[in-house]
Amino acid sequence: MSPTSENTETATLDIEGMTCASCAAAVEKSLSRAPGVQSALVNFATEKATVQYLPGQASPSTLKEAVVNAGYGVVERALDTSAADRQAEIDRQKALAYAKLKRRFWVAVGLAAVIMPLSMLMLWPAAMQRVNTQWLNYGLLLLTLPVLLYSGREFYSSAWNGFRHRSANMDTLIAVGTGAAFLYSVAATVAPGFFMRHGLIPEVYYDTTATIIALILLGKLLELRAKTQTSAAIRGLMGLQAKTARVVRPGGQEMDVPIEQVQLGDVVLVRPGEKVATDGVITEGQSAVDEAMLTGESLPVAKKAGDAVFGATLNKTGAFRFRVTKVGADTMLAQIVKLVEDAQGSRAPIQRLADKVSAIFVPTVVVIAILTFVLWFDLAPVATRLPLALTNFVAVLIIACPCALGLATPTAIMVSTGKGAEYGVLIRNAEALEKAHQVNTVLLDKTGTITRGEPTVTDFLTAPGQDAASLLQLVAALERQSEHPLAEAVVRYADAQAAPALPATDFRAIEGKGAAATVNGQAVLIGNQRLLQDENVALPADLLQQSEQLLNQAKTVLYVAVAGQAVAVIGVADVVRETSKAAIQQLQALGIEVVMMTGDNAQTAAKVAAQVGITRYFAEVLPSGKAAKVKELQAEDRTVAMVGDGINDAPALAQADIGLAMGGGTDVAMEAAGITLMRSDLQGVVTAIALSRQTIRTIKQNLFFAFVYNTLGIPIAAGLLYPFFGWLLSPMLAAGAMALSSLSVLTNSLRLKGFAPVSKG
Amino acid sequence: MDSSEIIVTVAGLVLAAFVIWYFFFSTRQTASAVSSSGGVQEVDITVKGGYSPDVIEVERGKPVQLHFYRDEENSCSEELLMPDFSIRRDLPAFQTTLVELLPQEAGRFDFTCGMGMLRGTLVVK
Repeated sequence: MSPTSENTETATLDIEGMTCASCAAAVEKSLSRAPGVQSALVNFATEKATVQYLPGQASPSTLKEAVVNAGYGVVERALDTSAADRQAEIDRQKALAYAKLKRRFWVAVGLAAVIMPLSMLMLWPAAMQRVNTQWLNYGLLLLTLPVLLYSGREFYSSAWNGFRHRSANMDTLIAVGTGAAFLYSVAATVAPGFFMRHGLIPEVYYDTTATIIALILLGKLLELRAKTQTSAAIRGLMGLQAKTARVVRPGGQEMDVPIEQVQLGDVVLVRPGEKVATDGVITEGQSAVDEAMLTGESLPVAKKAGDAVFGATLNKTGAFRFRVTKVGADTMLAQIVKLVEDAQGSRAPIQRLADKVSAIFVPTVVVIAILTFVLWFDLAPVATRLPLALTNFVAVLIIACPCALGLATPTAIMVSTGKGAEYGVLIRNAEALEKAHQVNTVLLDKTGTITRGEPTVTDFLTAPGQDAASLLQLVAALERQSEHPLAEAVVRYADAQAAPALPATDFRAIEGKGAAATVNGQAVLIGNQRLLQDENVALPADLLQQSEQLLNQAKTVLYVAVAGQAVAVIGVADVVRETSKAAIQQLQALGIEVVMMTGDNAQTAAKVAAQVGITRYFAEVLPSGKAAKVKELQAEDRTVAMVGDGINDAPALAQADIGLAMGGGTDVAMEAAGITLMRSDLQGVVTAIALSRQTIRTIKQNLFFAFVYNTLGIPIAAGLLYPFFGWLLSPMLAAGAMALSSLSVLTNSLRLKGFAPVSKG
Repeated sequence: MDSSEIIVTVAGLVLAAFVIWYFFFSTRQTASAVSSSGGVQEVDITVKGGYSPDVIEVERGKPVQLHFYRDEENSCSEELLMPDFSIRRDLPAFQTTLVELLPQEAGRFDFTCGMGMLRGTLVVK
């Protein structure tokens, strides 16, 4: 919704239930007749109504009423809440599925616990003589049936559904494996005579069937539990959203309204200890706001009128009012959630091989299992060939674990992108994360990254005999009236020194030179050297000397005159952030060369570089030449990460192997960057690179484990070691190994949750 | 080699050949998107042990709406991944989930379940 002319607003409604063009006409008519509506246009094809209305006389809710009166409905468009609702619905379903799985698991365990000892009876000749084998087998069959039909049913239905779609998954392997063991056992139970006639002992494998199902269900259960944790970060972020906002109506009364009903332009009141409901700009009051949930910055940020506040952050000390500038899907929180979600859906290049293998994995394993059966049947002694062929066939099917391959990369990416968001490091996609770990050179744009990117008063030097504190009061009073960036720096400096505010009169800005005003009855001048010359103010020798020193340090100098006399000089410079030096040292400790570039002259560049411990830098780089510098480094065979914040950094960010846009950065810079740092300091660069290194390490471990597990597990299960050591793998052990394999990959990925950025040095 | 060994060997090899043909070489079900009046290309896909249809043809540069109806509770299909479009979506059971995307480049783009077992392809022309 946005104001179109001075006093009408436009609303777009999604209409549902329209079946023909005349329905659209009916909706249009009903809307046009509603009080306060200036015009209404309904598009049948897009099912949208665009309505212009007078805010006082109509509102989205009265418009909705008009549509409902015409016999149609309005689809609510609160995007972020529907996302939260969708998540809630999915969570509910998952909880139900988990409970169901748990029931199925316990039934399988309970029955397997009875089936196992009963099957063992056969190994005990004394017991066997007293028990009728035939009856025992029928009893086992009855006990195994529920395990198959209730606990394991999903494996069979899923395998069948997959088969019809010519796709095969883990369930296919389990279904074929347990199905074969079960059907063989049923045959041996029903027609033992047939087996005996062919010189075979009618052995049954009910215990194998039941135990495999119980173990696989255990694996699934643990896997489901672990998997929920991988997406916990997104759920956590969504949960940060405030549920209500205290909106101040034009009449002055305050009322709590659900967050979905908050509209652009509303004024919202926030008391100490409350969550900020949505994004906006403070209109009155001041406070300190904890923005850690969005930026990872643990210290509260001071906010005053005119400053931006963001939904989901926590108001600490003061009360304030803000005007809503963004709602729903446009808010910072919603955008972070979207970015993290997108990253979690992306594919890392490292995954390609695993993807290729997964695609052909299951059918290949089925073929291997069939060949195993054939070979054992052909090569084993006649008396044991069928049971050996069967058990090895089953073991091959059961031990193969495609899930471990499938889970190796995505779970690690999910945990680490979530973890990054926690520290204010937003990773655009898995490829960016993978690229970041290869970085060996970080190129920093000086202004706004190493330095604050805003002028700060570094020196306030007074002529002999002048009182600095009272002078500062006079200067601040004048500068409060000015909008010049240098004036803002002086005001910030005065505020930091807690100088009391004085009133200033007769303020005038002198274009290109400075400003003048009357404070406490005294004429105050502040500006550059030309201003003093124009106003015929002489500069005493000591102030002149001090100003030259400041100029030598590449600082901007402001001159102050009171009542026609020069009394002070102020040095202003873009200062290095407190955290820059430590962060650069940490990067260097990671084995990364840090290179700086700046548009400043070589002298200034050298000073800043020395201050933060950088040895290589490019000075006097024009904005258009930044991308070329990135190329220059890449030509030296380096993998370059570019860190920048401004619009003119975008080409360089895009040219670099990986671009990192710094917080407060522009949307353009964020678009061009693979990683966005919410916090405005270089610590985020260290966190991003350290996180990516740890993530890639985890992924490599996972892939290694998954490949090794399958390439070793399958031949062993097939009986490859039998000719040498006489080793065979029981299908039950195979089931246990399989259950543990995907769990171990998941657990390894979840270890990333313990990632902590290098502490500030 | 006795007769049962010959039978088992032949049957096994035939079965293995069938598995290879059935899963890798048999023809797949292909569906083309239906364009609605608004120019949106819409496709209904049923998720049940796989995606049907599992090869979907769409045109480049026009918005695509894929309606995934998950007709089962099996956990294998609960996630949908379209990595080329940065999409990871949970598909609630017995519900239709709308996935919207705008294919800009021609090519074949795979979509899979969370573990890469169930597969489908979006063919952009």
